[in-house]
Amino acid sequence: MATKASRSAARFMMAPAVVLLLGWMLVPLIMTLWFSFTKYLPLRGDSIDRGLDWVGFANYARFLSSSSFWPSVQTTLVMVGGVLLITLVLGILLAILLDQPMWGQGVVRILVIAPFFVMPTVSALVWKNMLMDPVNGIFAHLWRFFGAEPVAWLQDASLSSIIMIVSWQWLPFATLILLTAIQSLDSEQLEAAEMDGAPVLKRFWHIVLPHLARAITIVILIQTIFLLSIFAEIFVTTGGAFGTRTLTYLIFQRVIDSQNIGLGSAGGVYAIILANIVAIFLMRIVGKNLDA
Amino acid sequence: MGQIQLKQVTKSFGDVQVIPPLDLTIQDGEFTVFVGPSGCGKSTLLRLIAGLEDITTGHIEIDGQDATDVVPAKRGLAMVFQSYALYPHMSVRKNIAFPLRMAKLNQAEITKRVERAASVLNLTDYLDRRPGQLSGGQRQRVAIGRAIVRDPAAFLFDEPLSNLDAALRVGMRLEISELHKRLETTMVYVTHDQVEAMTMADKIVVLQAGVIEQVGTPLELYHTPRNTFVAGFIGSPKMNLMTGDEAAKHDAHTIGVRPEHIDVVESGGQWQGTVGVAEHLGSDTFFHIHNTGLAETMTVRAIGDVNLKHGDTIHLAPRVDEIHRFDADGLRIA
Repeated sequence: MATKASRSAARFMMAPAVVLLLGWMLVPLIMTLWFSFTKYLPLRGDSIDRGLDWVGFANYARFLSSSSFWPSVQTTLVMVGGVLLITLVLGILLAILLDQPMWGQGVVRILVIAPFFVMPTVSALVWKNMLMDPVNGIFAHLWRFFGAEPVAWLQDASLSSIIMIVSWQWLPFATLILLTAIQSLDSEQLEAAEMDGAPVLKRFWHIVLPHLARAITIVILIQTIFLLSIFAEIFVTTGGAFGTRTLTYLIFQRVIDSQNIGLGSAGGVYAIILANIVAIFLMRIVGKNLDA
Repeated sequence: MGQIQLKQVTKSFGDVQVIPPLDLTIQDGEFTVFVGPSGCGKSTLLRLIAGLEDITTGHIEIDGQDATDVVPAKRGLAMVFQSYALYPHMSVRKNIAFPLRMAKLNQAEITKRVERAASVLNLTDYLDRRPGQLSGGQRQRVAIGRAIVRDPAAFLFDEPLSNLDAALRVGMRLEISELHKRLETTMVYVTHDQVEAMTMADKIVVLQAGVIEQVGTPLELYHTPRNTFVAGFIGSPKMNLMTGDEAAKHDAHTIGVRPEHIDVVESGGQWQGTVGVAEHLGSDTFFHIHNTGLAETMTVRAIGDVNLKHGDTIHLAPRVDEIHRFDADGLRIA
């Protein structure tokens, strides 16, 4: 893209994609903003054709003062944080393991990626019915085998169970990114550290982990974006009960269950604000790793 | 102290034996260079000494102590890698201090030793930079700095200059030689460049396919190569090796004459040929000569600027007492 002609040609060719993307994002965003300031209850006869009543910040005030709001924010943050922690720790360990030369490496790597190909709804159903069912689930059988009382996972440890399911889905992603990062580490650096007298754990701490910093940053940023909007796993397992109602799920309930589009839209705007607060914190903490 | 002794050391990767049984003693304080063509096993040999590879059979002794099964960190050796292997996320200061931190020295001692190493290597102004902000030569010096702070029994260098440009290489060569004179520590240096070997070494070990072809001082190798391989490998440009009738005249299977031991004469001379390429360096002129009837091409060095061009006929007079004679097995005939 050196010459003036090639630059304008590039702009011309990118234009359709940019316009489409802008429309795709801006139209829903503006509609959400608009609805959030109106009374919009379709079951009571409100519709766009007949015109919506402007109610100012009433929806925002109501959403915020609802007793479910702060617990849902907390649930969201616990879930995102929990999944990030599990996927990163296990991801690093798995990546190190997969980096070792072993028989059947290719097959094992494909198997590790497999959970990523399973649709969220499907994997949540499999976990719910085959693994975590308190009567017929594999875990229940396992518990009974050891003489323990089976755990009603999705009731008694609902949030942890969902964190477990989501972590299982996202572990392959973290592992893959971290594995490629580990493979790019110059082996001479590890040998130099070995000569310098660093035992295995110190080599990991001083050489491998700093080398992975950038990959870890990428995993955290990308996963956070997707984890904030986790929905299917909650929908098919607990349906938001037992303290698993995240902000996303709360908005869904306001719009679909209560048929209050205005209130739900106000919640959507809060979700945008929450996502941005989280993003700013993340950028502050880990974003500097992306420089240089 | 830093005497390294290899006794009947072998190394195999799977079924392939890359180093057949090998004995070698590196004396304390000696600058030893392993030289040979690429793939000759010289780096492997260095890594065996370092402990980064396990030897298959045999023993390694350092200062008389068996070190065969000792982990690299406990052998008291420091290594400088071809890629320098600096830790990119640490400052120069932290890079140099790393081995000391691992040895759990106290902070005051670490600071003192790092400062001393930095002043020896002219790195004082760069201590707070990252390796990424340094030039190739500076990185090389940091790598050496990281090696010298530990006061090792011996330094191991694995082709340390091959990533530098030609001018810098000559400079670093001198610096490493001077460092050796000052520290008087054993150094083992691996290179494929025979010029580096000749200029730096107290003792050269010429390797081919894992086998030691000859061990000796640079001038011993130059004047009395043990076989045709060493004769052809040591010296630049390469020695001219000839077989056939000309060799038979000297009662040998092969004879060799170095380019600098053949004089260019106006007329007469024992040999003649046509000039292929003439390389004029000012101080010397190298002629690549065809059609001598003796060898494919012959290389001759003439002092100063000799005015002969491509296609000219050249008359040559070898110095008879500088002719090396080899038998049918390629071994030197005394």
